Amino acid sequence: MGRVKDEFSWRAFLTQQASACEQPVVQQFIESQIFPEHLTVAEAEFVALDFETTGLDVENDEIVSIGLVPFTLDRIKVSQARHWIVKPECNLKDDSIVIHGITHSAISDAPTLDEVLEQVLSCLAGRVVVVHYQYIEREFLNRAVQHRFDTGLVFPMVDTMWLEGVLYRAGWRNKLKRLLGGRLQSIRLADSRLRYALPRYHLHSAMSDAIATAELLQAQIKHRYSNNKIVTELFL
Amino acid sequence: MEAEQIEIAEFLGRYPPFTFLPEKTLQRVATSVEISYYRQGTDVFRFGDEIHDLCIIRSGAVEIYRRNGNLYNRLSVGDVFGQLGLLMSNRVRLPARAMEDSLLYFLPEKLFHELCDDFEEFAYFVEVDDKRKLNKEVEQQRGEGALSSEKVATLITRAPVMINTSASIRHAALKMTEDSVSCLLIVDEISSYEDDGEPQYDLVGILTDRDLRTRVVSQGLDLDGSVAAVMTPHPKTIDKDTYVFEAMLMMLRFNLHHLPVVDHGRPKGVLAISDIVRYESKNSLYIVSLIHRQHSQEELVEVAKDVSDCFIRMVRQDSSAHMIGSAMSVIGRSFKQRLLELAEEKLGPPPVPYCFLALGSMARDEQLLITDQDNAIILSNEYDHAKHNAYFEALSAFVSDGLDKCGYPYCSGRIMATNPRWRKTISDWRACFADWIDTPNPDALLNSSVFFDLEGVWGKTEWAEELYRFVVNRTKSSPKFLASLARNALLRTPPLGFFKEFVMEQDGEHRRTINLKRRGTAPLADLIRVHALAVGSMSRNSFSRLDDIIRAGILPDKRGQELKYALEYLAMVRIRHQVEDVEEGQEIDNNIEPDTLSDIERRNLKEAFNVLNNSQRFLKYRYPFS
Repeated sequence: MGRVKDEFSWRAFLTQQASACEQPVVQQFIESQIFPEHLTVAEAEFVALDFETTGLDVENDEIVSIGLVPFTLDRIKVSQARHWIVKPECNLKDDSIVIHGITHSAISDAPTLDEVLEQVLSCLAGRVVVVHYQYIEREFLNRAVQHRFDTGLVFPMVDTMWLEGVLYRAGWRNKLKRLLGGRLQSIRLADSRLRYALPRYHLHSAMSDAIATAELLQAQIKHRYSNNKIVTELFL
Repeated sequence: MEAEQIEIAEFLGRYPPFTFLPEKTLQRVATSVEISYYRQGTDVFRFGDEIHDLCIIRSGAVEIYRRNGNLYNRLSVGDVFGQLGLLMSNRVRLPARAMEDSLLYFLPEKLFHELCDDFEEFAYFVEVDDKRKLNKEVEQQRGEGALSSEKVATLITRAPVMINTSASIRHAALKMTEDSVSCLLIVDEISSYEDDGEPQYDLVGILTDRDLRTRVVSQGLDLDGSVAAVMTPHPKTIDKDTYVFEAMLMMLRFNLHHLPVVDHGRPKGVLAISDIVRYESKNSLYIVSLIHRQHSQEELVEVAKDVSDCFIRMVRQDSSAHMIGSAMSVIGRSFKQRLLELAEEKLGPPPVPYCFLALGSMARDEQLLITDQDNAIILSNEYDHAKHNAYFEALSAFVSDGLDKCGYPYCSGRIMATNPRWRKTISDWRACFADWIDTPNPDALLNSSVFFDLEGVWGKTEWAEELYRFVVNRTKSSPKFLASLARNALLRTPPLGFFKEFVMEQDGEHRRTINLKRRGTAPLADLIRVHALAVGSMSRNSFSRLDDIIRAGILPDKRGQELKYALEYLAMVRIRHQVEDVEEGQEIDNNIEPDTLSDIERRNLKEAFNVLNNSQRFLKYRYPFS
């Protein structure tokens, strides 16, 4: 999707989506995602978002927890961070339990995704959503909104993994390297963070990964762009 | 709390002052922080910025600067900064810059103050270790105490009034009247011109109101005579970069009312007593003047009782170690001088000229409260042992006994003028020093490190300078001696291993001590002396020597500055420890108990010892045996 930036206008797309949408909650959210054209990274209000899921398959897997933290280029506001554990409709796979450390008992008392979705959207509204690997959050959120409101939701995101990929995966040198079977730089969250001397976190959860993603974007912007970088140029 | 902030809480819980917080509070702190990433080389705080958070370094490193841009401290993971600004009207006092890519946590001020209120240990950590700095800041804000670290140049308000040596006395007097000055510099214009075309002058003499009165008017001299005939030739001068207090001490020591200030030997202004009246007697000067007015050993002993009070007051006024060391040395010298005057009154004038020497820390201007008297005598070459020995024996005994009673105990190594071995003629001293330098056996090296810090305090003090010049010239071209002296300077090592152990055993019952002089300041002074002799420095003070060494460029980049910080820090901890001893009525020593140190102090101390350790390694490499 990053390649279509020139032909594709988020502004036009969102405007059209908003007017076609019949669900007020979703419609308002879409309108909140239309940002001023000259908004700079220094002015932007971001929110880092992370889902823990039972797997990567959007059709069969489900969200088990959601973490988010609002931030600006200056400060990550941990005090406003939010975290939800949600009850999936299917049974939890055993291996994802190990990964996320979320127990069955924690989940059985949890609300369903449908119940928390509006809260999540209101935390994201008006902010530039930042994720690491946009596929998961975009697709799973789209499906959740489908499920709850019976309408799709696709809106711009800044993807810290894609930003790493631009630097470490694109270009003829890396293509050549790949052709010759060389190992490319890892752009996984933990490895990307190391390149900016960010600390290694030992505990993983939706919220700590959201904080980690926010820290990574601060580092990427401070290393690679000026404060005047237009935020929509980072959209994916 | 959400499980998610465990990571932050767990991190904070490992570092003071957060170690002092109960789990529940720690979790609250963890959920209240803000986070920010700083790229290497970017400012975290600039001086005067508003500040509303306590900063904690999560990863990376931050440098704290003084306002003048000098490095003040280096902080790394787990260190906190910004407390000073938070405690003082929310302004940044010391700018901070990321020296590596750094991730910082910010703790909001409201919570910070709450923690200070609720947890004494937390408050103690953030406030106490900064108390001294805090006092200093407050003091400087009030505009007091600022002079104590000010350079002479800042007191110079006008260009010097000068006249050529060829001028007449009348011209000189008219010039003084016109410019309404009480003192005139007599100069020779140098034919060579600097790039900017300004003429350069060589200072050849000084003429004061008083000189006109006593040397011209009262003598009925011809006013058309040359000013050169009545001026004081080769006046004492002071460099513009000297501290004001040093200028003051110099004026007191030589009873000067006017002191020409020079820049690279060229006159830049004149410092008059009146210029520094507002600088007036901090107490050390008062004691010096008191010493010179006493008429017996008994009276001197009375004055000596005030010395420790004066020392404490200087520490309270946040004087630097350099200033305190200088003031204590001037006081020590004054006791010597007055005792010698009294001795000469009692024994009659000396049969041959002599120079009484101060050795060691007093000569280096680094004396603290408890210092052995190390002294010696240079005798004139006319000295005849059979005829004159009795006089100098009696003189030495008088001074040495007096010093002991005034709080300068006898030297256990008997390096005192009372020891006939250390009363020598100039020629014999030269021969003796030459022998030490040419044959650096262990004994010679031990003696060198005491005797090669020498200063004349009474009599023919210029002989001391001559002798020191001899030492400098001879050692400079003697790599074998320098290598030996360097090896000797490595004998006393900083207690690094001790520190590692100490950190591990901080909860144990072991009460051990570190001798800060033996393991810290003394080996530093030894090390600095080697470099100073190698670069031919005529300075004796360790800080001045370091300046000369830095100028000579023989140290790796920044090492010299690091050494200065280390020396200042170690001396200051030693000084503060002595103050505590005095206040608690304990015997004064140089042994600190690590138990009594705060975390910051311990870290800084370790850092200072590290600097010493690295510099000792460099010494070995710099002065190899060929």
